[in-house]
Amino acid sequence: MKETKTIRKVFLVYDFEKEEAWLNEMAENGWALCGVGICSYTFEACEPGEYTVRMEMRGHDDAYQAFLEEIGAEYIGRIIQWVYYRRKSSLGAFDLFSDIDSRISHLQKIGRILTAVGVINLIFGTMNLLVGLTSAVGNTSVGFLNLLAATLLMYCLGRIHGKIEALQKERLLHE
Amino acid sequence: MADSIVLTEATYYILLSLVTPRHGYGIMQEVEDLSAGRVRLAAGTLYGALNVLYEKGWIRQLPMSDGSRRKEYLLTEKGQQVLENEVDRLRELVSNGDRVLGGTR
Repeated sequence: MKETKTIRKVFLVYDFEKEEAWLNEMAENGWALCGVGICSYTFEACEPGEYTVRMEMRGHDDAYQAFLEEIGAEYIGRIIQWVYYRRKSSLGAFDLFSDIDSRISHLQKIGRILTAVGVINLIFGTMNLLVGLTSAVGNTSVGFLNLLAATLLMYCLGRIHGKIEALQKERLLHE
Repeated sequence: MADSIVLTEATYYILLSLVTPRHGYGIMQEVEDLSAGRVRLAAGTLYGALNVLYEKGWIRQLPMSDGSRRKEYLLTEKGQQVLENEVDRLRELVSNGDRVLGGTR
């Protein structure tokens, strides 16, 4: 039985590239990601640099998963909409996106999800606050949390849009 | 019609690799070989491109052989035409580049 360890960690959605880099640093140090949970990662001991880890925001897509497995990648797990894969580094470089267009469309997908969840929180927050303030049923604090979440999500959305714009500027000159 | 389509480098090389039938991993390897290691297609990029090319009718899927989960793809006539037009366009780019820069290199 391989030695394992679990690390609790949160990351803000626009920092997903840093998160991925950190996961690869762990692999570089002999800890390969083998499981994901809410705000937690499980690692198993591996040879230093044995695996390359990639993450992507994507809905359920069996055909895509089969395609990745065909090229030697292992599905690790998914948490909310983030899917994690790893592949033996000995098989060569493992990347999910190799051109600006596919990076942009990945960021746009993230943007759409942030917008949807943000709008839901905004609506529920407003409703909860209104109901909480005008009736005896105490929803005010929940409403406040909804609005806080909406604000954070909108901030993340702004950061994602910044990244999209930077890539689109690049795209004017080259692929 | 198709003569003014500018292909991305990834699309160009994927089409070129599908002159003979290949599955996903085969395409990645062939593109890397063709470009002497310069162009490396990432998995997600390739997957997205294959779906779009299939929808456009530039490539088709071959019937899967028994027990195989690997999908094989092949260029269609339409795809072949697009590819040939692109080679003509690229030839024009290169010949103009050579003509203009020719004296200075």
